[in-house]
Amino acid sequence: MSENHKIIEIEVLRYNPESDDEPHLEVYKVPFSDDMSVLQGAQYIKDNFDGSLTFRWSCRMAICGSCGMMINGIPKLSCETFLRDYYPSRIRIEAMANFPIEKDLVVDLSGFIEKLESIQPYIIAKEPRTLEQGEYLQTPEEFNRYIQFTSCINCTLCYAACPQFGLNPDFIGPAAIALLHRYNMDSRDGAAAQRMELVASEEGVFNCSAVGYCSEVCPKHVDPANAVNINKTNAAKDYFLRFLSPKGGSK
Amino acid sequence: MSKRRPYVRSMDGWWRKNPFYVEYMIHECTALFVAAYAFVLLVGLVRLGQGEAAWNGWLDALRSPVSVAFHVVFLAVIAYHTYTWFVIMPITLPPIIIGGKTVGPGVITGGGLLAAVVVSLVMLALVWRIV
Repeated sequence: MSENHKIIEIEVLRYNPESDDEPHLEVYKVPFSDDMSVLQGAQYIKDNFDGSLTFRWSCRMAICGSCGMMINGIPKLSCETFLRDYYPSRIRIEAMANFPIEKDLVVDLSGFIEKLESIQPYIIAKEPRTLEQGEYLQTPEEFNRYIQFTSCINCTLCYAACPQFGLNPDFIGPAAIALLHRYNMDSRDGAAAQRMELVASEEGVFNCSAVGYCSEVCPKHVDPANAVNINKTNAAKDYFLRFLSPKGGSK
Repeated sequence: MSKRRPYVRSMDGWWRKNPFYVEYMIHECTALFVAAYAFVLLVGLVRLGQGEAAWNGWLDALRSPVSVAFHVVFLAVIAYHTYTWFVIMPITLPPIIIGGKTVGPGVITGGGLLAAVVVSLVMLALVWRIV
């Protein structure tokens, strides 16, 4: 760091489960250059002021989805958010909202991982094919139906943006439902009926009250709110149409 | 022994913490005005069933200065409700594909608002016997 760097105040929500009863704020004065991200600011604090500051990061280029945090109260990837855009004001960073805080900026994602598993995020073939029958073919139109929902990087910013998830941590939530929708929309997949039981369940899509902030904060433009709301319609159709033709997962 | 002690933050006052949530609460609350106005119309229907005198009484009540003031407020609030309803519409609809292209959110919102304006004008014209 050269001498002519500007100094920004970074306020960090700290929580040490071994010594703290509740989280508290600490302020650090961080010299920064125009190309420094908020993540680099956190790294500067860890390297120079307090080595115990705990946060997740990996790729530094908005693709691994590890470094999400609340930046001035808004869920963002800290690697693609720049200190220069906040200077000269003080900037506050906190662990992602709506999740339990494990330590400092690290949250407990185990519930999210369980939800990801529960939606069966893999193709369950509609018509199983042998090797001799060759590959599954798909038209560009069929591909376009789900491609948007494959862009999710599991950063969980959408969960940090969802008050309904905060109020009911059992809600399957935006990203997992977007992924569920991705497989339901795949022409090779035939498990939409199996997944319907979860979609229409207590933990399912009807927890959503269309706040829409999940899609607003999504760094990959997945539009999870759209996936959730389309599945409200699907669940309602499944419920009412079973009287006409009994099938699907509704019970 | 595990030293984990995950801290769960309170959700108290969550909707005041972000301007996006504040706007959400405001536009959701406008639904109460829609319900209230549906109730006003329902009362009108009941009064109609009670005969001509009751119906005319209801019409007179609507023409009172207090009622006119209420209507101005309701018009503004329900116009905002309509606007936010169509702003949310793109996230609630499955993709609409026309000529191989997905219709953008701006077109859906704009189309909805245009339809609302046209229907309102047609209603006004019918009620005021302009056409």
